[in-house]
Amino acid sequence: MNRSLSLLWHQLKFSQKVFWRNPGSVFFTVLLPVLLLVIFATIFGTDPIESLGGIPTTDYYVPAIASLAVVSATFLNLGMNLTIAREAGLLKRLRGTPQPAWLFIAGKVANAVIISALMVVLITAVGAALYGSPPPWDGLAALVVSLAVGAACFCCLGIAMTAVIPSREAAPAVMNLITLPLYFLSGVFIPESEIPEGVLRFAGLFPIRSLFEAFLSAYDPAVAGFAVGPLVALALWGTAGFLLAARFFRWTPSR
Amino acid sequence: MTLPGGRRSGEPVIETAGLVKDFNGVRALAGVDLSVEAGQIFAVLGPNGAGKTTMLEILEGYLDRDAGSVAVLGQDPQKPDQGWREEIGIVLQETALEPALTVGEAIEMFAGYYSSPMPVEDAISLVGLESAVDTRTGRLSGGQRRRLDVGIALVGDPALLFLDEPTTGFDPAARRKAWQMIGGLREIGKTVLLTTHYLEEAQALADRIAILSQGLVIAEGRPDELGGPERNRTVISFRPDGHSVTDLPEELVGRAEAGGTEGLVRIATDDPTGDLGLLVAWAGDRGVELDSLEVRRPSLEDVYLELID
Repeated sequence: MNRSLSLLWHQLKFSQKVFWRNPGSVFFTVLLPVLLLVIFATIFGTDPIESLGGIPTTDYYVPAIASLAVVSATFLNLGMNLTIAREAGLLKRLRGTPQPAWLFIAGKVANAVIISALMVVLITAVGAALYGSPPPWDGLAALVVSLAVGAACFCCLGIAMTAVIPSREAAPAVMNLITLPLYFLSGVFIPESEIPEGVLRFAGLFPIRSLFEAFLSAYDPAVAGFAVGPLVALALWGTAGFLLAARFFRWTPSR
Repeated sequence: MTLPGGRRSGEPVIETAGLVKDFNGVRALAGVDLSVEAGQIFAVLGPNGAGKTTMLEILEGYLDRDAGSVAVLGQDPQKPDQGWREEIGIVLQETALEPALTVGEAIEMFAGYYSSPMPVEDAISLVGLESAVDTRTGRLSGGQRRRLDVGIALVGDPALLFLDEPTTGFDPAARRKAWQMIGGLREIGKTVLLTTHYLEEAQALADRIAILSQGLVIAEGRPDELGGPERNRTVISFRPDGHSVTDLPEELVGRAEAGGTEGLVRIATDDPTGDLGLLVAWAGDRGVELDSLEVRRPSLEDVYLELID
């Protein structure tokens, strides 16, 4: 156990180095969400959203972009980087060492979870500093649980996705094709008061909407609590992702 | 001599018997028998598609065999115990590492996977990458990247190294440097099994060579004895200046073969000095000019091309 923990720490250290030195991952995972928050807040302003108890639109975008940032740090990050590592033969090479190969994945997952937590803090801080959106002190427990469940769910789904992505070139296309439309439909990009009821219900079948709902419940001062339904949905998606990943994950390049 | 891992030189490190592997009904390995001893550099030579990589991946534990027996460091690679991977180092045909890590960091990362690795600096100097320690792996030249692959395979301080085509795609200068490095592994007591389709590589490096063709070992031995004594006979060739083969000294007549290009006569011999003496004396007596006289041992290339034909 001790040996596994020290190996995990060893792996996490290198995963962190690799992440922060890659300009692509820093831009898309760290800077882009901040940029999106600023853009949406600037365009849509602070008008109150009546259907949500009159919270300012800027306050709405903090949990929205926070959920996008978590999806980026986990689902997109793992789906793309593990595919690249597999196709480059790195995963295969790691299986030739005494280290259990899953520890490499565990290191990447731990890295993704840390980045997710960091991004939620960053987005919240930017929202508070630029737009006076209050940090969710009252819903903190709900936020932490939603983050944990959501990050775990999207890590599993991201790892499962690698099984259907055939090549490193296909990875960004496939992953963005899934997430981009769901951001629009789930009310992450456009306030949900502007989205037809049926569309929202459809989006609710997918975990991006669930994560956003869980975050919104934690941030919305009128609720400041757990969104049980969405959390259960995330847990179910995560379990499905875990089982699919365990069954179909590949260590060797496609070729 | 005792080698790392407590093995004595000459002890078998790899043994296979009747090794068979099929891919979708196509036979890749058709009964390979191989024995590699501790402390050897052993080259598996063969044309592309001969089954070299398949064989290597079975020995490394990546692929399961369909029939036959395999022992690597005394264990079956399909079900090794925990310590087995500590003792083997692997260089795959292609590996890209994390491009953002430096050479030193990449080796350090792999060192952490072993319970008793060699110091990172030692692995770096063994593969001659001292000047590139702080270079990101994504910026290395092809030759440097391959040396890094070997450094990563060495850092766990294994007894046995597998190198799959270690110099494919290298320019001649980089290839020579790589040979020097691989030759150096013998001095630190490593056993090396390498595959190659370059004959010069096998000749320059290997203590023993096995030639693999269509999934079978068709010849095995020291580089200078490969193919057996028949194929390794010295050949004296010349043009007898208008004389016919039957005019030659009677000791030679039986073995002389005419009908080479433009009247070339060839004599295969186990006693080149004696036969050459007879021939020169005969020519001197008659004032015959031995045009294009040549005494030649067949090169490994001659033997190889004849064998895989």
